[in-house]
Amino acid sequence: MTESSTARAQILARIAASLGRELPAASDPAAYAAIPRDYRSPAHSSDAHAVVDRFAQRLAEYGAGFAHLPHQAALPAAIAAALGARGKSALAVVSGIPSEWLPSGFDFPLADPLTAVELDRIPGILTACSVAIAESGSLVLQSGPRQGLRRHTLVPDYHLCIVLESQLVATVPQAFDRLHPELPTTFISGPSATADIEMTRIQGVHGPRTLDVLLVADRPLA
Amino acid sequence: MRISLFIACYNDALFPHTGKAVVRVLERLGHTVDFRPEQTCCGQMHWNTGYLREALPILRHFVRLFADAETIVVPSSSCVAMMRDHYLKAAQMDRDPALEREVRALLPRIFEFSEFLVRRLQIDDLGARFTHKVAYHPSCHSARSLHLDEIPLRLLRRVRGLDLVPLANSQECCGFGGTFAIKNADVSSAMLADKVRCVLNSGAEVLTAVDNSCLMHIYGSLHRQRTFVRAVHLAEILACTDDADLRLAPDQHYAFASSEFSR
Amino acid sequence: MTAPRTPGSAPHWNRRDFPDAAREALAAQPPRDDLFHHSQTRKNVRHATDVIQAKRNAVVAELPEWQSLRAAGAAIRAHTLEHLDHYLVQFEANCTRHGGHVHWASDAAEARRLVLQILAPHAPREVIKIKTMTSEEIALNACLEEHGIHPVETDLAELIVQMGADRPSHFVVPALHKSRGQIRDIFAREMHRPDLTDSPQQLAAAARTYLRQKFLSTRVAISGANFLLADTGGVAIVESEGNGRMCLTLPEVLVSIVGIEKVLPRFQDLEVFLQTLPRSATGERMNPYNSIWSGTPVGDGPKEFHVILLDNGRSPILADPESRQTLRCIRCAACLNACPVYHQTGGHAYESVYAGPIGAILTPQLHSMHDAQSLPYASSLCGACYEVCPVQINIPEVLIHLRGKVVEQQQSTLAGSLSLWNIAMKSAAHLMKDGSRLNAAVHLAQTAQKVLVSRNGFIEWLPGMLGGWTKTRDLPALPAESFRDWWRRTRSAHPSAPASSESARD
Repeated sequence: MTESSTARAQILARIAASLGRELPAASDPAAYAAIPRDYRSPAHSSDAHAVVDRFAQRLAEYGAGFAHLPHQAALPAAIAAALGARGKSALAVVSGIPSEWLPSGFDFPLADPLTAVELDRIPGILTACSVAIAESGSLVLQSGPRQGLRRHTLVPDYHLCIVLESQLVATVPQAFDRLHPELPTTFISGPSATADIEMTRIQGVHGPRTLDVLLVADRPLA
Repeated sequence: MRISLFIACYNDALFPHTGKAVVRVLERLGHTVDFRPEQTCCGQMHWNTGYLREALPILRHFVRLFADAETIVVPSSSCVAMMRDHYLKAAQMDRDPALEREVRALLPRIFEFSEFLVRRLQIDDLGARFTHKVAYHPSCHSARSLHLDEIPLRLLRRVRGLDLVPLANSQECCGFGGTFAIKNADVSSAMLADKVRCVLNSGAEVLTAVDNSCLMHIYGSLHRQRTFVRAVHLAEILACTDDADLRLAPDQHYAFASSEFSR
Repeated sequence: MTAPRTPGSAPHWNRRDFPDAAREALAAQPPRDDLFHHSQTRKNVRHATDVIQAKRNAVVAELPEWQSLRAAGAAIRAHTLEHLDHYLVQFEANCTRHGGHVHWASDAAEARRLVLQILAPHAPREVIKIKTMTSEEIALNACLEEHGIHPVETDLAELIVQMGADRPSHFVVPALHKSRGQIRDIFAREMHRPDLTDSPQQLAAAARTYLRQKFLSTRVAISGANFLLADTGGVAIVESEGNGRMCLTLPEVLVSIVGIEKVLPRFQDLEVFLQTLPRSATGERMNPYNSIWSGTPVGDGPKEFHVILLDNGRSPILADPESRQTLRCIRCAACLNACPVYHQTGGHAYESVYAGPIGAILTPQLHSMHDAQSLPYASSLCGACYEVCPVQINIPEVLIHLRGKVVEQQQSTLAGSLSLWNIAMKSAAHLMKDGSRLNAAVHLAQTAQKVLVSRNGFIEWLPGMLGGWTKTRDLPALPAESFRDWWRRTRSAHPSAPASSESARD
């Protein structure tokens, strides 16, 4: 028996003993189901326009760039404008990003084969996301097509993220309803930041120091 | 209504005028006040210091003594907090189901003084008159345990001539905490220094609260520093119908410590 | 390097009694062996906690469902603790299914040995670390140094603490006791950057530059975790700077040391804690980054992933239904920020990995009440901690419960039962059992106090332990007549009569 497996037996026995049982607890779905969840019916506005406004306001507070586009056909021009504003001539893209989103006149190398060291040298990264949350101004990325791997949105200093309106939800619980529980998942709420020095919020530490978000209509607003 | 007064042990010995003020206010409202001289203490000091076993006979004495009381009024929020937050647990700890039943029966009849006036009697104008600048200190137990919220302020706003001034950081503890003030005297004193600074900055002539324990603590420093700010229990302000009721002479420390009621 | 120190090791906790350590923290003099002047500490702590509190209050106030979230958080954590063995085994199975390795450590020494065993085949000279309280708890850094492995703290505040050979004083903002000027001096010296100014922006940029190559080249990382997810074998870590993501995704090997109480039943339960934790911890609606993953996802992140489940004194806490709630804690530190005692002393005075109100109940329990008995008394019981706790830990209630245990311990020894406190409290209890006995004592005190009362009617000096009061505070003398005596003198003839014209007069 290894030390760890002895410890395992000891710890499980101590827990059971402390809780006044001899055996490990079985699952107890009824007790779990009895947990009060009334936070799920809050008084948040579900008006689609209000949700978009809140999302925009949160991103602005984080110091992220934001634009709201009426249709996907407006994406190439908006991406070109963002790159122009940030002084970039190229941007790596993750696989699955539709080529019709991308403007001409810029380089869009594929990020997938790049190592972390190589990612450190590219001017930035373009991805989409799984879900975005208005209440917290969060983008949620789950590893896979259009969203790349976790390092893709971490090492480069600039992240441009495309959010479809149909992906934007009002609250955190609504986002969890849509997420795949077992995929590598990253919540991104603004550029990296710290307040470790005298509680002064400083934008941009190790993660991307600049974040731009393009919200695109992909269905009529409810 | 027949009201039993639980004065609280430290008020009995140190601040008898608070009790007299409570009697005066309640009788002015036409109620009958009953005082049971066998009463002692709620047991809070022992309980909060960890002398749980020693607190039991004290609280049992309280529960038995007031078992038949119609309504019990206490001019000390921390005693009421002790009763509401800990009595049941104490009875359970002692595995005394009879005591537990008695506590359950008694608790709904116990009121903090200002809470009794506003929540039970639904009165906020006591016809009082007190022409001073007053700051209100919401003691921790009154705010976080009894959730008195606006109650004392509602009473104060109805006092004629009273100028209620805001107190910065009012929700922060003054550092009393019972035996904490002795066991951790240095930290307690540092907390008190912050509180006193806020009291002095408020410009108040009088600091009031629903607990004389906190007032004694804060005033202990105000007096040590020879300031002219007085500490007065809310009941004493509400008892005043005439400015002459409270004579705030420079040599007088607690407002009622050596004054007398006059009508 | 000019500071005498063991790089990377936290100075040993002395475990003095809280009143003594607090006295030193409150004093203006710098502690003996510190090069840096600490007279600013109180100011720094106060400023930082004021800022976090104000932000926290604002983002909490805007959520109408806040109290429901607290109740749900408390219920989820309480439920988990009651079925802790079940959820740990479930986590283990699911983490393993996703390629992770799960280890169990009964105590700190076992956890350290496990870390060394896991690292051995990789023979790292350096490891990168994301801030972890469990690592602090098992004193991992000193152990790694002893074995020739240099731990690099990558959280900005932890880097400040490590480079300053200091101790964390807060578990969300570990360097909140340092001012920007003090941080500048540490970085200038340790990073060989005399060019640095005290601009926070520039100091953060210096940390970015300093750590970037380490992130890209270090093969082993060590972390803690905010939550383990039983149903997916997932691990969740919240952070701000991106140093965490670097540690969690770029190295080849990742070791996460996690307290056994950190498990949640389901992935979906995060919908509660990802709302309450950021708001409580930093006053943000969401912290910049949350990472959630299970095991070793193909091509994404470390190829080798180990979770060490650390007991180290936790499982016995479950046995006490009164204080079990301590283990609900999600380490948001809101109770520290709200605590008026912490405001004065900062974190170091607790002489414990876990400071503040939660530290005052957790630390003695982790040591089975054999140590840190002064911590349950490091509170005025004001209740501010309970009010802000996102999982509704009734800290004042647990403090009193633990005080009860401390008193029992003291009374079980001869010295303890003969202590002044015990005798005084026992005598007072005897008086409080009987009204006439109490009244007699008051009469005695009215006479006896005369030697102590100054001409102004106040007591300005008291002997012994009571002297702590009169060091800064006067005490009113007992008036000549107690309320009870006044009542007897004026009312006893008509005990229940309504006011006569004379009755409410002296």
